[in-house]
Amino acid sequence: MIYVVIAYLWASLLLYILLGGADFGAGIVELFTSRRNRKKTRRTAYEAIGPIWEANHMWLIIAIVILFVGFPVIYATVSTYLHILLVLMLMGIIARGTALTFRNYDAVVDDMQRLYSRIFIYSSFVTPFFLGIIAASAVSARIDTAESSFAHAYIFSWLNLFSIGVGLFTVAICGYLAAVYLIGEVKDDREEMRRYVIKSKNFSAAAFCCGALVFLAAWLEGIPLFEWIFGSMYGIVAIIAATISFLVFYTRAQNINPGILRMIAAFQVLLILFAATYAHFPDIVLIKDGRHLSLLEHHGGIKAIENLGRALLLGSIFILPALFYLILSFQRKKGISH
Amino acid sequence: MNDFLAARSQMALSLGFHIIFSCIGMVMPFFMAVSHFYWLRTGDVVYRNVTKAWSKGVAIFFATGAVSGTVLSFELGLLWPEFMKHAGPIFGMPFSLEGTAFFIEAIALGFYLYGWDKFNKWFHWFTGIIVGISGLASGILVVAANAWMNSPAGFEYRDGAYLDIDPVKAMFNDAWFSQALHMTIAAFVATGFAVAGIHALMILKRKDIDFHTRAFRIAVIFGTVAALLQPLSGDISAKDVARRQPAKLAAMEAHFETKSRAPLIIGGIPDEQQQKVDYAVALPGMLSFLAHGNMDAEVTGLDKIPEQDRPPVAVTHYAFQVMVGLGVFMVLVSVLYYIIIFRKKSWRDKKWLLQLFVLATPMGFIAVEAGWTVTEVGRQPWIIYGVMRTRDAVTPMPGIAWSFYLFTAVYVSLSLIVVFMLYRQVTMVGKLYNTPAMPVVN
Repeated sequence: MIYVVIAYLWASLLLYILLGGADFGAGIVELFTSRRNRKKTRRTAYEAIGPIWEANHMWLIIAIVILFVGFPVIYATVSTYLHILLVLMLMGIIARGTALTFRNYDAVVDDMQRLYSRIFIYSSFVTPFFLGIIAASAVSARIDTAESSFAHAYIFSWLNLFSIGVGLFTVAICGYLAAVYLIGEVKDDREEMRRYVIKSKNFSAAAFCCGALVFLAAWLEGIPLFEWIFGSMYGIVAIIAATISFLVFYTRAQNINPGILRMIAAFQVLLILFAATYAHFPDIVLIKDGRHLSLLEHHGGIKAIENLGRALLLGSIFILPALFYLILSFQRKKGISH
Repeated sequence: MNDFLAARSQMALSLGFHIIFSCIGMVMPFFMAVSHFYWLRTGDVVYRNVTKAWSKGVAIFFATGAVSGTVLSFELGLLWPEFMKHAGPIFGMPFSLEGTAFFIEAIALGFYLYGWDKFNKWFHWFTGIIVGISGLASGILVVAANAWMNSPAGFEYRDGAYLDIDPVKAMFNDAWFSQALHMTIAAFVATGFAVAGIHALMILKRKDIDFHTRAFRIAVIFGTVAALLQPLSGDISAKDVARRQPAKLAAMEAHFETKSRAPLIIGGIPDEQQQKVDYAVALPGMLSFLAHGNMDAEVTGLDKIPEQDRPPVAVTHYAFQVMVGLGVFMVLVSVLYYIIIFRKKSWRDKKWLLQLFVLATPMGFIAVEAGWTVTEVGRQPWIIYGVMRTRDAVTPMPGIAWSFYLFTAVYVSLSLIVVFMLYRQVTMVGKLYNTPAMPVVN
């Protein structure tokens, strides 16, 4: 059952990056859109995410619940030493969720819209940035449970070049996912489609640069990222496949069916997450003194894991078909009215 | 402000904020379903407008509740890591099920909010019902988790270790039923009275009367029926607390001295130093009766509780008085409403009755907050009753006060914006839904 739970944890992380990430990306795309096109972008994006955005963010809650029910020591350690970072991310989540809703549901459309939009755009940028930093901090072995100085225990546990690089990389990936997704949303408008193809190319180039930055930062900080990723056959294969699909995307995006483009983008993210997590599996948090928090060892006991696994399996029976039907029906029934 | 107090304050603030949004998210879908049903059955377009107007309110409240709920799922670890380290696997069952319920709610809400004129009308209506049912289920599950903190079950605590974990037993602990019942009814009272109050105000102002009359009628039925039922569930809760947590009951009642024929103390200022209550009205034997169903029964007082295990008396007592007082007021308003109805009088002409409802607008929510204060402060100094002290669970990170200030600033500004948006929604009804209405028949 432990592997079922781990699989769910991994899958909810992946789905959060894909769906929640694309959702954040909608705001990031808006940020990097000229003032002239913003209104149009906003409308397209809202039509795409309106009905499903709440559901997209549920994956984070599922992941966090799995963590605190199934792996309480890991949850407690991370929330103690990355406290400040988590609070920053939560601020982003609060700002973004409410700003999006306020923007679309305010009964009067006036200057307040500008405020909502501004909050929405910037929080869409910073939230995945902090999420990326969290992921990086878990594996950069800077968390020091023996440290007593405030700065070293609670700030430098996550603040370093490597984690900032991963944060930027995550932002670029989110923007990329959203831009690719939006290509398929404007199929009837060649002009708009071209705009999003260019956008997604720009974001993929940004992701590529940030990726290079991550490797550079890891090298500077003495984090053996290179060995992690290229130390195993799987890692090498995953990275090669990601690079090939990236090149295909970059050169031939205009001629490929938007649906397939989406799959390519999702596949790339899956490969990246795989390469990033496979290297240390089953360890999920690396501590400075060399200890590792492992999913196989630091779980909350057989009984808790069994019940959690059953609850997750039961939940999927309800959630997955309903979610699938939701996405499918709004794909078919375009246009928002309320 | 010391870190421990700051952590407790931040948790209280976050829960106090979230609880309002979750109550509304749990209850409003049912109001919408009724009004939507009338629209589908009668074709009275005003009911459609009421449904749509409410659904916009729900979208705002749901989104705010969803983010504040996400914050809470992190705050458990940010503020109480030591607690979560041990409690997570034991009381996690309701949380893992709640994840599903909440997810279903978000999916159903997507269908409901964006599905107008896109799906079969009854399917669309039904997705609204799903929103309500899954919201209700989430609420009950989360309360079951809280009940476990009051009534720990499903593990053996030996030599500082938590052994023989049984998450199912933990979920169905002794307190889950009474707490969940009381909370669920409270959500209906609070939301019913708040919604009815707002619409009553608009009727008094003679604005869009057809619209607000229909809305008021639906909300008032839910609110008043729930208000009349709540004393019964309160009685179940009181007897349950008397049995399981005598210290909490004693604090609620400021009952310092163990005795039989214990009096029920109404009002008053508890003096924890002198162990007495000044300026209170005491009804002899009533506390014994309410707690144990017998006027002569002995009720444990705070004197039987070791000093280091006593909850803060004044706060618990005041909060309890506020909750009961407001509850009684809402029961009276409900009774008056039904007297008018049964005498076949038009409630709309009774200005004073509408004014009473306007007055009661915030009361349900104040009572909910007070009730939570009773159950949470009354549990102190324990985070897991009788097992782990709150003080031992708090995060080692210093400077939590700053985090508390930050969250206070954020939640205060969010509340202001939500109130501002609600004000706009309500005052814009005439412009947004300006369609000719069928005459209202009383």
